[in-house]
Amino acid sequence: MIEWYTWVQLGVAVAAGLLCLVLGLAGRKPSDLSVGALALVEVLLLAQLVVALLAPAFGNVPSGSVLEFYTYLVSALLLPPAAALWALLERNRWSTVVLGVAALAVGVMVYRMLQIWTVQGL
Amino acid sequence: MNSAPQSPAEPGARRRMSGIGRVLVAVYGVLALAALGRSFVQIVQKFDEAPLAYTLSALAAVVYVIATIALVRSGRGWYRVAWATIVFELTGVLVVGTLSIALPGLFPHDTVWSWYGRGYLFIPLVLPVLGMWWLAKHRPAADAPVREPLAAAERPAQ
Repeated sequence: MIEWYTWVQLGVAVAAGLLCLVLGLAGRKPSDLSVGALALVEVLLLAQLVVALLAPAFGNVPSGSVLEFYTYLVSALLLPPAAALWALLERNRWSTVVLGVAALAVGVMVYRMLQIWTVQGL
Repeated sequence: MNSAPQSPAEPGARRRMSGIGRVLVAVYGVLALAALGRSFVQIVQKFDEAPLAYTLSALAAVVYVIATIALVRSGRGWYRVAWATIVFELTGVLVVGTLSIALPGLFPHDTVWSWYGRGYLFIPLVLPVLGMWWLAKHRPAADAPVREPLAAAERPAQ
């Protein structure tokens, strides 16, 4: 796991979450902007998955439980598509809020993943 | 593109899962996923260390999943299921939360409900209360026959 990348990812997830919450509470329907923000969060997660799969081969091994790490990563990967699907089916302001909730949840999960990889078991 | 036509008022046409209720369901879904994932890891990895705590975690996770489904579905049966699961959750978080503080020896390992759900930003404590408030405000169609036809409409006409 690349630490600075994970922090960037965390920042993007939180920013996307807050953006969607604000847009939703302001009454906006899901738009290219809000769904696009979630798409970005998802792409960053996929990159994180690739990094996590390759990192141990380069001597960067997790300090905590690998199983727990991947449970978080797979759960996080499911959230943006689920929220985006919801946004497509149900086009109203609350779907935008749901997009925000999903992005913030991804942020929490990324933070836990960082903890598991770097500080657990030390 | 403000969504003025879909004002939050929604006079009369209240279905179970409309408006802000969808956000509630989304948060329930996320919590269910988180609890399910965590208890999966706990049981696979270290079930022997704390069978009670981890069995409880798994039970809580399953109940969160059922509650999420029950909130989405309409009809009296699901309405009752929603109440039952949400009351179970509130009881769980209050009892286990109190026990984990009063008798920490009983729960040496974290469950979803330890310290009133501290590990989950206290969402497990707040969510059942919001859920009960939501359910109380949105009784099923059978309780209000006038609204029965509306229950059939799956989505608002655009």
